[in-house]
Amino acid sequence: MSSRPSPATTLDGGPAGRSADSTVSAPTARSGKVTQSRVLNSEWIKFRSLRSTYLTLLIAVAAMIGIALLACWAAANRWNHLPMAERANFDAAGRSIDGYVFAQLAIGVLGVLVITGEYSTGMIRATLSAVPRRLPVLWAKMAVFGGVTLVLASVASLLSFFAGQSMLSSQHIQTTLSASGVPRVVFGTAIYLTLVGLFGVAMGAVTRSTPGGIASVFGMLFVLPLILHALPSSWVDNIGPYLPSNAGQALTVLHTEPHQLAPWTGAGLFAGYVAVTVVIAAVLLKRRDA
Amino acid sequence: MIEATALTKRYGPKTAVEDLSFAVKPGVVTGFLGPNGAGKSTTMRMLLGLDTPTSGRAVVNGKSYADHAAPLHEVGAMLEARAIHTGRTAFNHLLALAATTGIPRSRVDEVIELVGLADVAKKRAGGFSLGMGQRLGIASALLGDPATVILDEPVNGLDPEGILWIRNLLKSLAAEGRTVFVSSHLMSEMALTAEHLIIVGRGRLIADTSVEEFTRQASTNTVRVRTPDAERLREQLVGPDVTITSEEAGVLTVSGLSSEQIGRTAAEHQVVLFELATQQASLEEAFMELTRDAVEYQAIPAATRSNVTEGTAA
Repeated sequence: MSSRPSPATTLDGGPAGRSADSTVSAPTARSGKVTQSRVLNSEWIKFRSLRSTYLTLLIAVAAMIGIALLACWAAANRWNHLPMAERANFDAAGRSIDGYVFAQLAIGVLGVLVITGEYSTGMIRATLSAVPRRLPVLWAKMAVFGGVTLVLASVASLLSFFAGQSMLSSQHIQTTLSASGVPRVVFGTAIYLTLVGLFGVAMGAVTRSTPGGIASVFGMLFVLPLILHALPSSWVDNIGPYLPSNAGQALTVLHTEPHQLAPWTGAGLFAGYVAVTVVIAAVLLKRRDA
Repeated sequence: MIEATALTKRYGPKTAVEDLSFAVKPGVVTGFLGPNGAGKSTTMRMLLGLDTPTSGRAVVNGKSYADHAAPLHEVGAMLEARAIHTGRTAFNHLLALAATTGIPRSRVDEVIELVGLADVAKKRAGGFSLGMGQRLGIASALLGDPATVILDEPVNGLDPEGILWIRNLLKSLAAEGRTVFVSSHLMSEMALTAEHLIIVGRGRLIADTSVEEFTRQASTNTVRVRTPDAERLREQLVGPDVTITSEEAGVLTVSGLSSEQIGRTAAEHQVVLFELATQQASLEEAFMELTRDAVEYQAIPAATRSNVTEGTAA
């Protein structure tokens, strides 16, 4: 530092600079277009290379099966003390997959994190530099997370169902997968959980913040119904069925209750809410500065 | 090749970049200099399509960045070292980026080796030091073997060895005919690394010049002369563009004449010289001078305007 470097000495790179030459450029870095399937592969690598992914999904599956065992054991245990009306209405299928109520928390949070984890760490700028058209990233994230959630939630629902039925069989009140409406309850629960996950992804993209995304998802799913209950009961009956979570959960019960939409109508409405959020997320992702 | 044309970015009332036009040519390292907050990072984000310009246009290798089918092969960028998910390993981070454009796993290993992260590639990036983060950022920039490399403050947080490594790397990239655009707020670093300079202050272009030219223009060189015959020499040196000062007896500080000219004059008049030395003003000083002017350039009109309004009101 003692001698002032003259600008003419820009070639003082020396041997170290030369030796780097051979390795910087490489034939292995062949040119390739960014395609949707490549972005999908990239998002799959990202998804499976985070510890939080496994932890959260494990919690979701374990909670579903654990709660199934607990709820069905309790039902079987108390069966002889239950009033007739309650016995008549007992939903053996629905009871065994009640754990989804907890699992949706984990899946909703993970859905949000799929996107906001990139914003909070700055990763998003690397991602969007690699895929400057941006929307393929959103589609890929939804496909990866939606696909994984659908498969995993289906497996978890099935395991919960069989675990629950084995508990209920002590009182011979179990049902079977071939019974009317039961497959719809079991796989409908998986579909509901998947939609919650996708709702999380979309809300994450809209809010770009983990706390904001989580608050939005659970505000819409859980707080909205609570707020509604503070309103006159006629409102509750008229509006209640159309709230996102109430609509979606119509899929998860065997017998449709009064003031509840038909299973697939409700599911369709919930999917509609998710779709609208996705569209908003896509427009914002495309328009906003990263 | 990078071309910015009348690039302007406003965030609400705040103007981050204003009417900025410049071109960055391949084959040389171009330094992008300016004090913190001068709009360097914003400009780089616009080059990469991450921020949309309020007006103006940024073109890289002939197209808007987003219009390139294989952007990682066109432009490799490190905008901030920490554009990395902290929970992911360096290897998986690079693998995921590589996958978007079909770059094979072997290239990921290559760039890891190149930046010297082989030992920690399977460790989570959250535990990386600033210097390791910089190296990982540079690895991701080089992944696609791009024709243009854009690095935002790459020497930040590096130890002297790392700084030397970056310096040589940048020069070798340029020597291969690539366009190398590197931002810094340190003039001294750029003087060693870059051949060309684009200097900004307050989002405006202050200078677009070679390092050599910048040094010549921005700094007035002076010559220190020590002689027992100071008075007589002074008389001989006086001229229209020459200023001579003397802060101690027997020592003259001459500007406007080269040491050669002074030496010859002294010889002609048989003046004994004890010392004859060119003193170059520091580049850092010249740079600060230049950017300080830019700040004043912004501030003065506002002050004048308020004076004017006061004047008319009175």
